[in-house]
Amino acid sequence: MSVRVGEAAGAPKFPKAAKELIKNAQLRRNVRHATDVIRNKRARVVAEMPDWEELRESARQIKAHTLRHLDFYLQEFEQACVRAGGQVHWAKDADQANEIIVGLLHAHEAREVIKVKTMTSDEIGLNAALELAGITPHETDLADLIIQLGEDKPSHIVVPALHRNKSEIRQIFRKKMNLPDLGDRPEDLTNAARQYLREKFLRVKAAITGANFAIAETGSVCVVESEGNGRMCISLPDVLIALVGIEKIIPRFQDLEVFLQLLPRSATGERMNPYNSIWTGIAEGDGPREFHVVLLDNGRTNVLADPESRETLACIRCGACLNVCPVYRQTGGHAYGSVYAGPIGAILTPQLQSMRHSQSLPYASSLCGACYEVCPVKINIPEILLHLRGKVVERGDAPILERLEMKAAAFALSDEGHLELAQKAGRIGQIPFQRDGVIRSLPGILSGWSAVRDLKPIPAQSFREWWAARKQTER
Amino acid sequence: MVGGAKTDGTMTIKHQILERIRRAVPDYSSMRESQYEAITRNYRQSGDLDESGRIELFTDRLRDYGAKVYRCAPWELRSVIGEILSERRKRGLVIARDLPEDWLPEGFEFVRDKGLTYGEIDASEGVLTGCALAIAMTGTIVLYHSGGEGRRALTLIPDYHLCVVYTSQIVETVPEGIRALAPYSVAPLTTISGPSATADIEMTRIQGVHGPRTLDIILVKA
Repeated sequence: MSVRVGEAAGAPKFPKAAKELIKNAQLRRNVRHATDVIRNKRARVVAEMPDWEELRESARQIKAHTLRHLDFYLQEFEQACVRAGGQVHWAKDADQANEIIVGLLHAHEAREVIKVKTMTSDEIGLNAALELAGITPHETDLADLIIQLGEDKPSHIVVPALHRNKSEIRQIFRKKMNLPDLGDRPEDLTNAARQYLREKFLRVKAAITGANFAIAETGSVCVVESEGNGRMCISLPDVLIALVGIEKIIPRFQDLEVFLQLLPRSATGERMNPYNSIWTGIAEGDGPREFHVVLLDNGRTNVLADPESRETLACIRCGACLNVCPVYRQTGGHAYGSVYAGPIGAILTPQLQSMRHSQSLPYASSLCGACYEVCPVKINIPEILLHLRGKVVERGDAPILERLEMKAAAFALSDEGHLELAQKAGRIGQIPFQRDGVIRSLPGILSGWSAVRDLKPIPAQSFREWWAARKQTER
Repeated sequence: MVGGAKTDGTMTIKHQILERIRRAVPDYSSMRESQYEAITRNYRQSGDLDESGRIELFTDRLRDYGAKVYRCAPWELRSVIGEILSERRKRGLVIARDLPEDWLPEGFEFVRDKGLTYGEIDASEGVLTGCALAIAMTGTIVLYHSGGEGRRALTLIPDYHLCVVYTSQIVETVPEGIRALAPYSVAPLTTISGPSATADIEMTRIQGVHGPRTLDIILVKA
C-alpha cells in the first residue's frame, strides 16, 4: 500500500519551510488578520451555548464508538446507500481512488468535472490525476478557485486561500478570467466568481464532492457549506461522485444534531452555515441519475491501529485548532508541507504516512494546549504530538539533537545522582555563553534552538539542592 | 464498474480494508448497540420557549443573516405575497408543481415546474416555496423537496427565494429539528440559514455567491 498525502512526502522539513515563510510579512499579516476574525467570531457564538461542553463530550463519544465499530458501520452505510440506488467503491490508497474516479468519468466520456471543496481530493492529488487523464477539474468553492487559478496550494482546512488578500486575488482573477477592469472590493471579486462559474454549473454533467458526514443508518451523505456551490454540484449534474474517508462515518441520522451544532460554530463562527445538503442515493426526478461513493482508506487504518493516537480520526475538519495555534499563526499553512496544516495536520499527516515522511511535523508545536481547548470533538492534540515524538525517536529517525537529548534525559532521570551531576555539569558548561544573566546563543547543534530564544541560565542552586539544604537547616 | 456490477478486485479491496480495521480494533461487536445507547447526551435536547418566544428568536436570527421577515395571518398570505412581489419589482416566479393555488395573487405570472430546463429556471425572477420546518435557534429553514418546495434545482438556481413558514412549523433547538426530520431522513434535505454567503476574501462576509442572493421569509400565524 502506498499512502500519499498531497506532496507531503517530498515537502521540505517544517523548520526549513517555516524559516522561509516567516520572512513573508504580507503572508503573516493576512494569516494573522484572518485567524483573528474567525477566533473572535467563534468565541462569541460558543459563549452563547450553555451546553457546549456537553455537546463536545457527546461528539467525542460518538466518534470513539464509531471507530471501535468501523467495520460494521461502513458495511451498514454501503448496504443502505446501494439500497437507495447508489454505488459504493473501496480504495486502499490514493492511486486506487484516483483510478476509480477517472474510470467512472471516462465511462461517461466526461471531459470536464465540477468540484465541491474536498480536502480529501487534495490529499490524493486528484486534480493532477484528472488532468493527466484529459479531464479538466473546475474548483467551485471561492477559496479553492483562487487557489486553482493562482496555481497555489491550500493553506487552511476551511479557508484555503486565507493567505491571499483582496488585491492579490484581484490580480489572479484579472488575468485568469480576462477581466482587466475588475475592482478589488470583495463584492466585485465574489461577483466575478459567480459569473465565471454559473455557466459551468449549468453545463457540466459530472461532479465530485467530499463529505462532512456519511450516515451508516440511512446511507446518506451530508455536505456542509456556505456559498451554494456545493448545492449546485450535488443537485444539477447527471453523475455525482463522493470521495469519502472511512472516518467520516457517523452511526445514525440523529447524530447530526450534535455535529451540526459543533461544526459551524467551530469552523466559521456562525450559528449555522448557510447551507447543509443531505441526500441518499438517487432521488427520482431530483438531481443526479447516477451516484457513486468512493470509500478511502489511504493510511487511516494505520492510525486506527494505534490506540494512543486513534482519536486523530475523530477530526471533523473545522480548522479551529489552526486559528488558535501560535505556530500556525506565525508560519501559515504552507510550512507544514501537507494539505492538512496546523496542529491537526501535525498529527494527521505523519500518521497517515506511517511516520516514513514528515517526521518534523510533530515538533511544529509549542504544546501550549490551545488546540485541545477549542477542539469540538476533544482530540488531545498535545498528548498525541508527544506520543508521536516518542515514536519518531524510537524509530531512530529523530533529529540528531533530539536523540542525544532523549538519551541524556534518560541517563539523567534514571538515577538522582545522575541528575545532580548533569545539573552541576550544565552550570559550569554554560558560563562562557552567559551575558547579563541571560543565555543568548549556544554552540553547535544547539545554536538553532537558542537563536530564537533567550534563556535563563541554570540557577546557582537547583531545586534539589535547595530542598536538601532546607532539610538540613530544619534539623 | 458502471451499472452496479463490481469486479472481484474491488471486493477484495473492500475485504482487505475491513480486515485491517478488525485487526486494528478489538472485537466489541456483541456490545455495539448497548455501547451506542450508553453514549452520554447531556446537551439540551429541547427548548423552553413558548410559541411567541420561538417566533421572536427565529425572526431575530433571520434578520441577523440579512434575510427580510414579514408576518401575516393565513387569510392575508395571498395579498402579502402580492405586496412583496410588487415591492421587489417581480413580474412572476417559478413554483413547485404542488404549491397551493390559493397562495397565488392575481396579476403575476407563476410558472409551475413541470420539467423546466436549468436555463428556464435561471431566466426566472425567483422562486416561491413552503418549507418542511424551521429552527429558531439557528434561523434555519429546512426543505425536503416535495409538495410545495419542488426539486432542489428550483430553490437553488434563481437569485431570489420567497419562503412561507407557518409559525407552528418552528421548533426551538437543532435536536428538536433533526428528530422531527427523522421520518424524511432519506428524502433529499436542504437546510438554509440566510442567503448564500462567503467569507473567503479577507474574512469579509459577502452575501450571495451562487445560491439565491436575496431571501425573504413570510411567517404565517394562525
